[in-house]
Amino acid sequence: MRYITRRVGLFVITLWAALTVNFIIPRVMPGNEATAVLATFRDVNPAALHALQIEFGVNVHQNLFVTYLQYIANCFTGQFGLTAQRVPVLTEIAGKIPWTLALVGVTTIIAFAIGTLVGVLSAWRRGGRLDGILPPMLFIVATFPVFFVGLLLLFVFAVTLNWLPLSSNYSIGATPSLSLSFVGDVFTHALLPGLSLVIVTAGLWIYSMRNNMITTLAEDYVKMGRAKGLPSWRIMTDYAARNAILPNLTGFAMQLGYVLGGSILVEYTFSYPGLGYLFYTSTTDHDLPLMQALFLVYTLAVLVCVLLADFLTAGLDPRTRDA
Amino acid sequence: MSTATIISEAGPLEPVVSTQEQGSPARFMQAVLRNRKATAGALILLLMVFVAAFPGLIGRDDPQAAIYGQDLGPSWQHLLGTTQLGQDVFSQLIWGTRLTLIVTVVVSAIATVISMIIGVTAAYVGGLTDRSLSLLTDIFLILPTLPLLIVLASYLPPGTVTLILVLTLTSWAFQARQLRSQGLSLRARDFLAAARVRGERTSYIILFEIIPTMTSLIVASFLGLSVFVVGFAAGLQFLGLGNSTELTWGTMLYYAQQGGALEAGNAWWALAPGAAVAVLGAGFALVNYAFDEIGNPALRPVRKRARTTA
Repeated sequence: MRYITRRVGLFVITLWAALTVNFIIPRVMPGNEATAVLATFRDVNPAALHALQIEFGVNVHQNLFVTYLQYIANCFTGQFGLTAQRVPVLTEIAGKIPWTLALVGVTTIIAFAIGTLVGVLSAWRRGGRLDGILPPMLFIVATFPVFFVGLLLLFVFAVTLNWLPLSSNYSIGATPSLSLSFVGDVFTHALLPGLSLVIVTAGLWIYSMRNNMITTLAEDYVKMGRAKGLPSWRIMTDYAARNAILPNLTGFAMQLGYVLGGSILVEYTFSYPGLGYLFYTSTTDHDLPLMQALFLVYTLAVLVCVLLADFLTAGLDPRTRDA
Repeated sequence: MSTATIISEAGPLEPVVSTQEQGSPARFMQAVLRNRKATAGALILLLMVFVAAFPGLIGRDDPQAAIYGQDLGPSWQHLLGTTQLGQDVFSQLIWGTRLTLIVTVVVSAIATVISMIIGVTAAYVGGLTDRSLSLLTDIFLILPTLPLLIVLASYLPPGTVTLILVLTLTSWAFQARQLRSQGLSLRARDFLAAARVRGERTSYIILFEIIPTMTSLIVASFLGLSVFVVGFAAGLQFLGLGNSTELTWGTMLYYAQQGGALEAGNAWWALAPGAAVAVLGAGFALVNYAFDEIGNPALRPVRKRARTTA
């Protein structure tokens, strides 16, 4: 129980830290870009303008602490103001979430599955053919920047072979529907961005899974299983892999931040209009309200996943429960 | 990042290379030469350093001069073709090495020092200090790095100093946690008790008693950080958050993306700096990977480990 309380505490404090970063940065950074940006917002309705003024500390003549509390309250009630295009920030973000969620979700699950499987097998047959090729190769590939892999895939499959589209999430002129042709169109557009993410992240899973497995295989209970004469696949899955996967679950959540960062670069490389591309355009447009809200969205996504992984770990590993 | 994960999970490891031992640089060199991965990585890094130090020997063209034909393909005059503005891509690649390498090394070095001080202090002092420093570390560990980098970089004036500042701020946490767990395992050692009995100050014990015994882990931290920094620095610049007048591989990628290099059939313009970033990252990673094997016997292929007197 103490474990869970501690993790929930960390959740709250980190969220508070992210909110505070958002609050402090516009106030301490030189040049006060926020003033310049807000100057373009004269024509919007007073309530939205006030929310933005609180967010950036411009024209707010009240106690800093009161402003701070008001800012946090605004964040919890979802008042993030308007984007540079005068659209509510939340509406803009909500429209992009499905694209990124699908891309990152699917690729992460695939990469995790591949990584775990290859990691388990290569540690089981350590020094074997699989172990000699895949882990070292993918480990090196994992250090490649994701946009380089993306550019390379684009060059091969979109430019040279002309098999797959260069950019965007679906063809110009296609109308979103659940028809087979549209879903296929979306799939062909998501294939290369997804593949880039899988290629870059699978290696990390293989590496950590393999090492966890090697450590676990040296445990006494594995020897015990062998001594009992259990079939080797059972020792591999039930005795070793099951325990070796635990640290990876925590790693799963931790690396989500890394994967999300990668998705920003991938979406930019492929002009894939999800949250990451929105993040990029918010920096080029100096759309500070949008940018700050996106930072919170990314932080919240990571935090929720970390917490879920903690609950899962607590459920699977009795040792954490009374730690 | 993940390369270091195994260090904590394999339990405390004894420092194999210690500055306190006589002739350890020689032993270290021997270890590097015996390991193929380390040799390959070290060669890559040496080559990069050479290019960064003497770019004029290799790239004869002025990298910024837009004096050639636009979007030319590779030829003997222009090994990697030219940019949309008519600059020589090969020359840009060569001259861009310097700043890319400087940013990587400076950020990694500062972040290693920060993580060393925070991690070891937390481990050695313990109590409330440990809890607050660990909390700070955990917060930075969870905050998503690239989004945080983007927010910070957007508010600061673009330039090398900004780049170094924001990358350092966002990258120390992981290694701090590693060094803390190593520090914890050293806490009960006799030589620290002896130092305390001698009446040494805490800061002395941390800096001159604990940290020197962690040399191998600190070098591993530096290498792990470098892999990370190479990628993130290039990523930020690729997104246009660097100073686009400074020549690095990241800004080359930015211009290539803005200039639609791939669509224009000028693939080398985008792929060459991307590959350079990848190779540099791989160089650091290879040395780091080998370092794990040298430092953590459980991961070493099959060879028996010579006993160390740590």
